[in-house]
Amino acid sequence: MGNWARFLEVNAPRILELTIDHAVLVSLAIVVALLIGIPLGIYLTTNQYLADTVLQIASITLTIPSIALFGVMIPIFSLINQGIGFVPAFVALVLYSQLPIIRNTYTGIKNVNPEMRDAAIGMGMKTHQRLLRVEIPNALPVIMAGVRTAVVMNIGIAVIAAYIGAGGLGVLITQGISRNDNYLIISGSIAVAILAIIADSILLLIQKRFTKKAIAE
Amino acid sequence: MISFNHVTKSYGEEITAIDDVDFTVEQGKIVVLLGPSGCGKTTLLRMVNQLETITKGEIVINGENSKDLDPIELRRKIGYVIQSNGLFPNMTIEENVMLVPDLLGWSKKDKRERFSYLMKLIGLDAKDYGKRYPHELSGGQQQRIGVVRALAADPPVMLMDEPFGALDPIIRDKIQEEFLQIQREVKKTILFVSHDIDEAIKMADKIVLLRDGKIMQFDTPSEMLAHPKNEFVSQFFGKDRAIKGLSLHTVQNLREVIGLGPVDEAIQDTKTIHVHQDLRNTLSMLLNQEADQVIVKDEQDENIGTITIDMVQKYLHYEIKGKMSASQEG
Repeated sequence: MGNWARFLEVNAPRILELTIDHAVLVSLAIVVALLIGIPLGIYLTTNQYLADTVLQIASITLTIPSIALFGVMIPIFSLINQGIGFVPAFVALVLYSQLPIIRNTYTGIKNVNPEMRDAAIGMGMKTHQRLLRVEIPNALPVIMAGVRTAVVMNIGIAVIAAYIGAGGLGVLITQGISRNDNYLIISGSIAVAILAIIADSILLLIQKRFTKKAIAE
Repeated sequence: MISFNHVTKSYGEEITAIDDVDFTVEQGKIVVLLGPSGCGKTTLLRMVNQLETITKGEIVINGENSKDLDPIELRRKIGYVIQSNGLFPNMTIEENVMLVPDLLGWSKKDKRERFSYLMKLIGLDAKDYGKRYPHELSGGQQQRIGVVRALAADPPVMLMDEPFGALDPIIRDKIQEEFLQIQREVKKTILFVSHDIDEAIKMADKIVLLRDGKIMQFDTPSEMLAHPKNEFVSQFFGKDRAIKGLSLHTVQNLREVIGLGPVDEAIQDTKTIHVHQDLRNTLSMLLNQEADQVIVKDEQDENIGTITIDMVQKYLHYEIKGKMSASQEG
């Protein structure tokens, strides 16, 4: 235990700093992913043909191993002199988040009870009114489930981003591996796990806050 | 008033869902679209608020051709009730009921007043129920809310698609009565879809009987029961249509035609029946109990006479069979 205390005494500020970097990278990627994914998911509910294509592409993206995707980013972003660092990592994380977000938004809205949709149309709601007042509120638990999956997944994948110099908690783990330093590996892994649990809990709270009792049940 | 002028709906060349349908729902009346599954009754109803397109012909609503109206505005002027789950679970009862007034931009005060009025109509406490969510209500209460939601913006016309179909028979009967009571007060022009013959007889001023998208007969319930136009109509109403027809007549009707039997003061333990009760219920009471007569009471709860199975039969003979045989001869 004494060793751990000494380790943390020296490294705590660095761990905290890397945790914040990690959180910032993932949050920015998720915000952008939401801005793209949710409107796209909603739009796809009106276009079946495009929906099939887009969901397929998003599924394929998710099957690319993360280390390979980060690798592919390097030559592409070298063209604008951003080959390594924050930008390629950020773009890769945005791509990875698309599938859970688009798919859950699309399925959530598609699965709103057709009688409810029928009533909304029959009462004279315009398309945007129907979306905002009926379909999105009733699809919210499913949409939020997708967002939570994306966030937890990205916190894990962002660890790999350390290999392309994007910083974050991956730095502790990669350094630990190369120096054969278990303290670094374990502290890095635990920090990632705690970050994921905290993020998921916060999102769950937000989901409960914005979902009416009736739909949550 | 809703007029269907030679309305036809077809899918491609082959399939005709609605075939040259022509009838009118008069101001303040209930017309029930009745028929077996797949006869096109729901399609026909949904053509009125443009949820289905019309291939040929036109539907005129209060003097305006529905084709010339903006579908969104048209729908806001038509009350629409569907069988179940039409309430939005993410909204409170008050938000659900006041949805169309809200879309139309009513003031808060107007909405609140209207909501209290509507809740009074169905005998629910506006304060208590307003803040609740649909899942906290029973099936019967939800359906009542569905009905008043359609009435919310006071539309002249209402479309009801098997509104009471998902309810159990006892609650359904009660809500039908309640709805007729409300209708006497609000006098809407109503198109009502049903597959339940008893419901149609009870609710309708006139029935449109459909089969494969064609009108088999358009008549008042009593005419349809007494003078079925063709084999399909008489089969649809069944061999017991004379008994079904009894629900259109009350003890009072019988009293006016053949009078009631004398009250025998010696008999005390026999059942009593109200003079406005229908003859179908009266007959089943007579059949269920051992005594061969029941005592009729008037509004003041006075015994005014007795009624027996023989008398119901005699009345049936005069009123219903008499008309039937007359029509067969004619």
